[in-house]
Amino acid sequence: MKFKGRVWKYGADIDTDRIIPARYLNTSDPKELAKHCMEDEDAAFASKVSPGDIIVAEKNFGCGSSREHAPIAIKAAGVSCVIAKTFARIFYRNSFNMGLPILESAEAVDNAASGDILEVDMDSGEIRNLTKGASFQAKPVPPFMQELIAAGGLMESIKKRYAAG
Amino acid sequence: MRPHTITEKILAKHAGVKEVTPGELINAKVDIALGNDITAPIAIHEFRKAGAKKVFNRNKVVLVPDHFTPNKDIKSAAQCKILRDFAHEHKLTHYYDGGDVGVEHALLPEKGVVVPGDLVIGADSHTCTYGALGAFATGVGSTDLAAVMITGELWFKVPETMRFVFKGRLRKWVSGKDLILRVIGDVGVDGALYRAMEFTGQAIERLSMESRLALCNMAIEAGAKSGIIPPDAITKEYVEKRAERPYKFYASDPGAGYSDVLEYDCADIEPQVACPHLPENTKNVRDVGKVPLDQVVIGSCTNGRLEDLAVAARILKGRKASKNVRLIIIPATPHIYSEAMKKGWFDIFLKAGAIISPPTCGPCLGGHMGILAAGETALATTNRNFVGRMGDVKSNVYLSNPAVAAASAVKGFIVHPDDVVK
Repeated sequence: MKFKGRVWKYGADIDTDRIIPARYLNTSDPKELAKHCMEDEDAAFASKVSPGDIIVAEKNFGCGSSREHAPIAIKAAGVSCVIAKTFARIFYRNSFNMGLPILESAEAVDNAASGDILEVDMDSGEIRNLTKGASFQAKPVPPFMQELIAAGGLMESIKKRYAAG
Repeated sequence: MRPHTITEKILAKHAGVKEVTPGELINAKVDIALGNDITAPIAIHEFRKAGAKKVFNRNKVVLVPDHFTPNKDIKSAAQCKILRDFAHEHKLTHYYDGGDVGVEHALLPEKGVVVPGDLVIGADSHTCTYGALGAFATGVGSTDLAAVMITGELWFKVPETMRFVFKGRLRKWVSGKDLILRVIGDVGVDGALYRAMEFTGQAIERLSMESRLALCNMAIEAGAKSGIIPPDAITKEYVEKRAERPYKFYASDPGAGYSDVLEYDCADIEPQVACPHLPENTKNVRDVGKVPLDQVVIGSCTNGRLEDLAVAARILKGRKASKNVRLIIIPATPHIYSEAMKKGWFDIFLKAGAIISPPTCGPCLGGHMGILAAGETALATTNRNFVGRMGDVKSNVYLSNPAVAAASAVKGFIVHPDDVVK
């Protein structure tokens, strides 16, 4: 899996209320959620994001609520992947479960600015900043999580088990 | 066998193995799986999409529509109806509707649905509250909930444990809320990321169950996977008249491995206030400065229990909220509501000019029942003060215990309760 897209750079501790404010949680329709993605952090994001763009953030991205609406909104907004120094635990788990690619790399975050073009290879974990001409290696995804992805996510693996009886 | 923490023991038991080690991945049986009106609709959708026909156990899947109830608008009503239809279809024992709804993390302990030794997952980040009962409880997303609804199991990474030892006695007006705010202020909002927090020490041994629930409730605000208090006589007294299932007390072994041990002398802990816009921005209440308030909220899964309303009633008795302040009091469950009324606290609250809300999460997450305009400031006994959490993106939320909140409502700005009750 490879992605190429423009960087939207954000700070530390971006909480799930900023990713998708609770006032929009009276629906779980991805298209509706996407319209309000990142609204309380960056009101321009939802209207200006292009398919394939990449969110890059400092530490503890996605802290706060367990709402899966957060990774759903980001994915539905067209974002190809999120790179952060660290992710909050439930957001990390949710992203794998619903299929939003995420990577951890402090160096790639420190070297990226809004508007930079990144090329990301999810299989190798290589993050190339084409604007800066630099390359970084993301923290490897734990093998168990890789298996989960290979199975098509948590529900797909359960469906297989369920079908097998 | 090497010594284990209480968290490792509960996880090992539920994984059906002799022992587990931090970092190890396990598949464990779940005792209670919880969803609410925001998170359960996605889980139910995934459940159906997977072709599942039956929940793994109708006594163990719990649905509580508490966030936007009483249904605040048409879309919320549609979400709640998904829960209602699903609960009826699967004959769920623990589905709460109408006048039976309470804020989930106050309701489940009160009803004895969660018991010591349980492994609980909830599609709500404050599921960690149940650690106060000596259970392993952690927040997950909707897809994880769907998986458990079908299989009754889930994968977990065994967390390392941080141990917090509270020595000495709590000062006047200091509660479990202040202990956890102080800890979050010290370690930061990701200071316990991926880890379990274990709370011990003399002050914890003397802490009421309600204060313990408030303490464990906010473990997530330090990024933790769970918070836990080893069960004791106070736990037993609380659960023995409530538990609907047999329960088991686990304890950490002497010499168990901790990633960190932090010690506090409670003589040094003043009532705490978390300033905007992160729970880690904590200060002693006297160091906050003069912060004029437009709204005070006393309620939520953190501080909407009887002990919280009791201290509010004690402070508000014979006093009035400032004319500038909308004081909103939200008893967290129907039982708490009824008890507060019987004790005469509603008279005190109403005479103080308070609004008494039905049980709901409501304003805590900016849902309804008290939303802030741009430029407005609230002091709340809730758990998060993120940007826009209670309303407009340009509003501010401060967090405190109920005594500070009630006293500040009277003064119209943030004060120490001693400044109101002489």
